[in-house]
Amino acid sequence: MTEKIASNNPTIPSQATNKGLHIEEALIFEQGSTDRSGVDLPEISGKSDRLGSLKRLNKIGLPGLSEPEIVRHYTRLSRNNYAIDIGLYPLGSCTMKHNPRLNEAVARLPGFSDIHPLQPPSTVQGAMALIKELEEWLTELTGFPTIALSPAAGAQGELCGLMVIRSYLEKQGNPRKIVLVADSAHGTNPATATMCGYKTKPIPSNRFGTLDLKALENMLDSEVAAVMLTNPNTCGLFEGEILEISNAVHKSGALLYCDGANFNAIVGKVKPADLGIDIMHLNLHKTFSTPHGGGGPGSGPVAMTSELAPFAPLPWVEHSSSGYTITEHLGDHSQQSFGRMRAWHGQMGMFVRALSYLISHGGDGLRQIAEDAVLNANYIRQGLCKHYSMPYPGTCMHEVLCDDQNLKPTGLKTLDVAKALIDKGFHPMTIYFPLIVNGAMLIEPTETETKETLDQFIDAMIAIAEDSSPEKITALRSTPVHTPRRRLDETKAARNPKLRWRQDTTQNST
Amino acid sequence: MRYLPHTKRERELMMEKIGIKDINELFDKVPESALSTFAQTLPSHTGELEVTQHLQRLAKLNLAARDAPFFLGGGAYRHHIPATVDSLVQRGEFLTSYTPYQPEISQGTLQSIFEFQTQVALLTGMELANASMYDGSTACAEAVLMAGRVTKRNNVILSGGLHPFYCDVVETLAQFSQLNIEKSRPEAPTKGHHSTTALEKRINKETACVVVQYPDFFGLIRDFSQLGEHCKNAGALLIIVFNEPVALAALKSPGDMGADIVVGEGQSLGVGLNFGGPYVGLFATRTQYLRQTPGRIAGQTEDLDGKRGWVLTLNAREQHIRREKATSNICTNSGLCALAFSIHLSLLGEKGLSHLATLNHEAALSTADKLCKINGLEILNETYFNEFTVRLPTSAGLLVESLAQKKILAGVPIRRLYPSREDFDNLLLVNATELTSKSDIDLLTESISEELS
Repeated sequence: MTEKIASNNPTIPSQATNKGLHIEEALIFEQGSTDRSGVDLPEISGKSDRLGSLKRLNKIGLPGLSEPEIVRHYTRLSRNNYAIDIGLYPLGSCTMKHNPRLNEAVARLPGFSDIHPLQPPSTVQGAMALIKELEEWLTELTGFPTIALSPAAGAQGELCGLMVIRSYLEKQGNPRKIVLVADSAHGTNPATATMCGYKTKPIPSNRFGTLDLKALENMLDSEVAAVMLTNPNTCGLFEGEILEISNAVHKSGALLYCDGANFNAIVGKVKPADLGIDIMHLNLHKTFSTPHGGGGPGSGPVAMTSELAPFAPLPWVEHSSSGYTITEHLGDHSQQSFGRMRAWHGQMGMFVRALSYLISHGGDGLRQIAEDAVLNANYIRQGLCKHYSMPYPGTCMHEVLCDDQNLKPTGLKTLDVAKALIDKGFHPMTIYFPLIVNGAMLIEPTETETKETLDQFIDAMIAIAEDSSPEKITALRSTPVHTPRRRLDETKAARNPKLRWRQDTTQNST
Repeated sequence: MRYLPHTKRERELMMEKIGIKDINELFDKVPESALSTFAQTLPSHTGELEVTQHLQRLAKLNLAARDAPFFLGGGAYRHHIPATVDSLVQRGEFLTSYTPYQPEISQGTLQSIFEFQTQVALLTGMELANASMYDGSTACAEAVLMAGRVTKRNNVILSGGLHPFYCDVVETLAQFSQLNIEKSRPEAPTKGHHSTTALEKRINKETACVVVQYPDFFGLIRDFSQLGEHCKNAGALLIIVFNEPVALAALKSPGDMGADIVVGEGQSLGVGLNFGGPYVGLFATRTQYLRQTPGRIAGQTEDLDGKRGWVLTLNAREQHIRREKATSNICTNSGLCALAFSIHLSLLGEKGLSHLATLNHEAALSTADKLCKINGLEILNETYFNEFTVRLPTSAGLLVESLAQKKILAGVPIRRLYPSREDFDNLLLVNATELTSKSDIDLLTESISEELS
């Protein structure tokens, strides 16, 4: 059906542009033929339907491809992706570490992957035992007595945290109106506060890149419900005044929320509960290595104090002498849970992977993770400090923050450094975040990289900074060139949004 | 430790270069009380063999769907997933990449998102779709919040046919917003229970949206075209929710019934049961609401050489740019599950999906035709796709528990989801798919007859 269109349209990739292993790949909608299929199914018996008057009469418009075409299509697409399996992926605050394949294997055991969320509890005792075991590990690592496992990802974990706080404060008589958010925080923090019905105000950072305690103290009043911070923060620095911050927050009657995105720096070494924090989320897809999968799924369990525990969301698993049970409703119990955040029990597939990862590492391995992650970041810091300006003095935690101030004479910007790194075989660091540092480059190597890889990365970064001849600068500005595509026009994409394929490509606008 | 490459010597060399003697010098900002009070009570690291054995032991304590005659649905469905899907999803380039922030080296993920968006738009009959949400229930809540922004009205009407957990999620996630959630009383299907007049009568000038499910939680299929007209005239949005994407291949599309937003659970295709997660939320809408749409969206553009390529676009809606003014706080979505959905749907194609839908409907017809012969048992639905509601002469919960002891997973006792509804105690939701065999149906029928006699 679509072959004709493909051959008439110059924008659709064709064999002519292929080079060696670089093979262009058209959309599935530009391939195949309506009558092909990649599956063989049993015969239909031809019963008369009970669909009322609503039987579909028109075609959906899906393309038909055979299994070999599908395998080739997605294999070719995959080859246009960088991945942690390919090389260093130092995205700051994302914790791109090695994803052990053991975890993939155990998550696929039919006893975990092929059970229905509404099976009778007697038939899923092992699944609930696993959930409890994971809770125990997370309880020990965070120092908090209660873990709410259902949040689907970090941002939903934040929402869970703030909803717990709001419910707790409402119970005290006043939910208050404002959430203070560190100005270096992830964008999810203020967005979450809005979803929870709060106004937000940014807390300024001081010249050392940590929270300005004096400023915070001046902002705290009886309208502040919570303070959201990240520790270590997104500048890669430990909030050394955390106990003073916590005291000030609690004195004003507010609660302290910690974004756990950077837990990798302290896992197995510091219990967040010992830092005066009331509630925090963990990212199983960061610290505990469940794969990012090109954008998810994640899993964002929330750890909290016993004061906050009664407000935790449904459902939860309990253990008694008669086995494991799951509480799915607020019944006769005197429960104060704020509700249900998603349809089922949580990201079970991620729980299995995370538990496998935890048992594999053990307490000693987890502590080593934090130490090696911090060691690696500081090793990069040491390697780069003569070539890149660093906005804040001193050592860092698991990620190192630099900026493009020293590149000013050359005219190169952070974006150019990132794109030049791609041509040198590395995934770039997080760029232009945190927002409080102009031209920020946030580098998080994680603990699973070798010293050799770190040395190569440092050399590549230095080579980029040292290139200052006009020709080199011009060349760097047009990087990357060794990629499936060169720099892409994001303005064009936003100005004339084409968000889906349409058969008539001349009107391919949505 | 097999995942940590540094040797003791390497650590020493690196510390020397940094200028420290003890690793704890790098943790010097941590309050002394927090560093020193950490008492490790956790076991030491473990080899792959022991971890596997431990987890296998836990897995074996569960009754896998494949090891029993299996009739559960109610929002999560068991289908055959072609081997190709998992094989491709496990390619490290998909599995171990991050959100595609650097488009030049993420074209594989971005193109697959663009294809996914197109598939979801086609299947729902809508103009556009986003790159996925966490699951169907959170997609539903996001649709409700979006309807509030679009209409600037505050009243939300939830149909009684909406999945009860989806109702709970909408109520929970909207509880601190301006929205008022008006729930309708759920009713078991009765003869002629296809009218939407009751919902239509409740729409007024304050109504932001009406949320209905298709087929509904009890399996019933209703035409929402007239409801769509009423919504349109009143300036309210019609949100159509689905739990089973395979049904959309057999049924008139939600877009054709006038839906403004269509959201659903995509788990049926490519993802598997997984005890409830991770799943994948599908979110489709009309172009006019694009700027209020939550979540990531991939769009087509060109590179410096004029070659077609893809990027994440319209970021000004999202939290990393808009912060407190964003359309949602969602960041990580369900990327890999969306890819699995897309691969499964690509393998099926138009022909395969339509065939699969027919097989599912026929499996349900066969199950119903057999079950209805049991004395005292009544099939309540006049219409259904691959699941329907049965009234038993006894408690469905007790029957299901009793059959589970015989390794038969007989369906979902509806009262498990509505504990306060005593009148639902005898209702059982029964699902059948292409995996339901004739002998499964026979076993179910025989064992229910036995229990009832």
